[in-house]
Amino acid sequence: MSSVLTVNAADRERLLAAYPEVFHRSFLQRWGLATAAAVVVVYLAFCFSFFNVIPTFVNGNWDRAAIYIQDWYSWRAQPRLRFQNGQVVPQWTSRRQYPEGAAIDWLKPTSNGGYTVLFGGEDRLEVTPSQVDVYIDGKLYPVAIKGDRAILPSGAPARMVQDDNKVNVRFGFAGQAEIRNSQVYVQRRFLGWANFFFDTQSPFWGRSVTSVAGLMLFGERIDPAQSNASLALDNFLNNGSWQHGDILSKLMQTLVMAFVGTLFATLIAFPLAFVAARNITNSRPVNWGMKRFFDFLRSIDMLIWALFFTRAFGPGPLPGIAAIFFTDTGALGKVYSEALENVDDKQREGVKSVGAAPVIVQRYGVVPQVLPIFISQSLYFWESNTRSATVIGAVGAGGIGLKLLESMKTNADWDKVAYMVLLILLVVFVFDNLSNALRSRVMGKKGH
Amino acid sequence: MAHVAGPPQFNGLQDSSRTILDHYQSQVRTRRIYTVASIVVFLVVLAASLDFANNANSGKFFERLPYFFDFIKSFVPNSPLEIFRAMFDLPSPYADGSIKFDYTSDRVWITDSFYIPNFFYQLAITLNIAIVSTILGSTGAFLLCFFASTNLVGAGIVRWVVRRIMEILRAFPEIVIAGLLAAILSIGPIAAIIAVSVHTIGALGKLFFEVVENADMKPDEGLRASGANWLERVRFAILPQVLPNFVSYTLLRTEINVRASTIIGAVGGGGIGEVFSLSIGRDHAAKTYAIIILLLITVICVDQFSAWLRRRLIGKQSFEFGRGAA
Repeated sequence: MSSVLTVNAADRERLLAAYPEVFHRSFLQRWGLATAAAVVVVYLAFCFSFFNVIPTFVNGNWDRAAIYIQDWYSWRAQPRLRFQNGQVVPQWTSRRQYPEGAAIDWLKPTSNGGYTVLFGGEDRLEVTPSQVDVYIDGKLYPVAIKGDRAILPSGAPARMVQDDNKVNVRFGFAGQAEIRNSQVYVQRRFLGWANFFFDTQSPFWGRSVTSVAGLMLFGERIDPAQSNASLALDNFLNNGSWQHGDILSKLMQTLVMAFVGTLFATLIAFPLAFVAARNITNSRPVNWGMKRFFDFLRSIDMLIWALFFTRAFGPGPLPGIAAIFFTDTGALGKVYSEALENVDDKQREGVKSVGAAPVIVQRYGVVPQVLPIFISQSLYFWESNTRSATVIGAVGAGGIGLKLLESMKTNADWDKVAYMVLLILLVVFVFDNLSNALRSRVMGKKGH
Repeated sequence: MAHVAGPPQFNGLQDSSRTILDHYQSQVRTRRIYTVASIVVFLVVLAASLDFANNANSGKFFERLPYFFDFIKSFVPNSPLEIFRAMFDLPSPYADGSIKFDYTSDRVWITDSFYIPNFFYQLAITLNIAIVSTILGSTGAFLLCFFASTNLVGAGIVRWVVRRIMEILRAFPEIVIAGLLAAILSIGPIAAIIAVSVHTIGALGKLFFEVVENADMKPDEGLRASGANWLERVRFAILPQVLPNFVSYTLLRTEINVRASTIIGAVGGGGIGEVFSLSIGRDHAAKTYAIIILLLITVICVDQFSAWLRRRLIGKQSFEFGRGAA
């Protein structure tokens, strides 16, 4: 197989003479790509130090990062088992996932006034005020509580650590416990989202799907004033920990921002583009002025418009609509006028030659040619604005973006963030397909 | 014809022509009905949307409109020169100890006697965020795009996975990535860079693989015939064709990313966006106008430069429409 390609001297001369551009390439052609790559590498190295990448990453809260990520798809119950008068009393934080006095299958009282906390498998805690028995893989490690400290037993595995006066026990994903002299702080983690449909106030809480469906369809009225189905819907939308109603209405605001903003931009850009197009309005200064006006609207960032109108109108969809409207009037105007300038002149001449008025000439000579392009571009902008309206909202214009930002700032609502991200992904997906379908209907099968 | 009992002849048309005319007119009528109906539906949706937006807003449109003009009137610097002073961090004659007129303390000192005005420094941060994330994002998109194109990868499953990854990266809200990273790495430009890069991978990846799919496959066939492997085929057959378009799209993306990094900055990513949102929130008119002017100049310069470079690279071919994938 190894046949070496040999060229004799005459062929060599001939080839060199015939294809000089292949064999004698300029410096830029030979080294251009390598030089560009080198410049990019040097620039990235500069930015690496300019942005303090290494210190930032070293100082990052990586242990918290794991918790934040786990919060996306799981939830944790965090009772404090307090020692009071020789008894163990569970105390819940405000964000409790169980109603008062509910029987919890992983947290059971024992006959001697203590509590058993099950962590799945052979892992569990037996909590009494004087001693906490930690079972890891079925083996017992008793943590004695003497005076003001909890004492780590000898021979304890690496998952149990003495930290000053307290003992920390890690059970992996299932949770962790912090044993102190006055209380045991338990964190128990479960897959999924807690109380997603109904909060603990709701009569539907903790029921299975079939039981809820049965109640809604055939059950006695729980609230005499309304049917069970409407009560369930009401409880779902006003779910205290998930706020479905609020989130859905904020999502709606974002969608409205994109829709109305793009629509108004389209309606205003449409006539203005005729003024800006050189072949339609025969006045250079007017064309030039209109085009610079478009450039001005476009170049002032959507951010600036959004903040400006937020100051004026207060947070909500109105500043979002205004921001999208102002930016996109410029952008659509530019695109539209370019499409108009590329229009075929023959149809206009045809309509003009039968003596039609100027408006009629545009209506029948120009609009049919450009309308599909216009609609297709507006749909593109609508699609892209559905996405950017989220960010604009975060800046202060309201909608789901602001809700996202607020949820993220608490650092405890990552499950809600995940829920909103899923909703946004879904909406973007639906609108992409909708606009694609509309576009291919308008433009015909061949795409844009 | 003898049987004149039928309907009178209309406009002197024959029966067959009249049938055609009737059909045409009935079609026009149906079409008109559809047009009117869709316009009505459209208007109803629009009115409902506007009403919803107005009710959801904290200030109502017509109530707030007079305040809007008041705001514009009141939001004026003490003198036009103030804008200039705020821009270059020069001392203000109106200085009263408040941060509104305190321009000088923001100076970023490079040496003992030479400083960069703060807004220019912040602008440099934003621009660098945009450029770095464009470089990172386009590199990622470049590496991914070949695996998403039908003409290079036979395995449908690989294409499907890569395309879905791109879609998710594209649609994932940037502020969530930025917010999550800000919670882990503390607030700063790195969160913004990663957020913008991730989005860029998705958006550019889609444009890139569409370019690759439209490439001429004849060079590829030639190389395949001479026994080249996959990597060599991509390098010598596809890459030379698609590189100009890739560079063009990347330049277009740079323009978009300058805007994106400004916005992410306002949400907590640092840079000029953050300074801007602070100064407009605190009613510092001179500082706000200084930043608006700086941003306007920057965006125009970046747009013009990239448009010029794109024209040089691929001629008059229009890529203005690339925004659709933004």
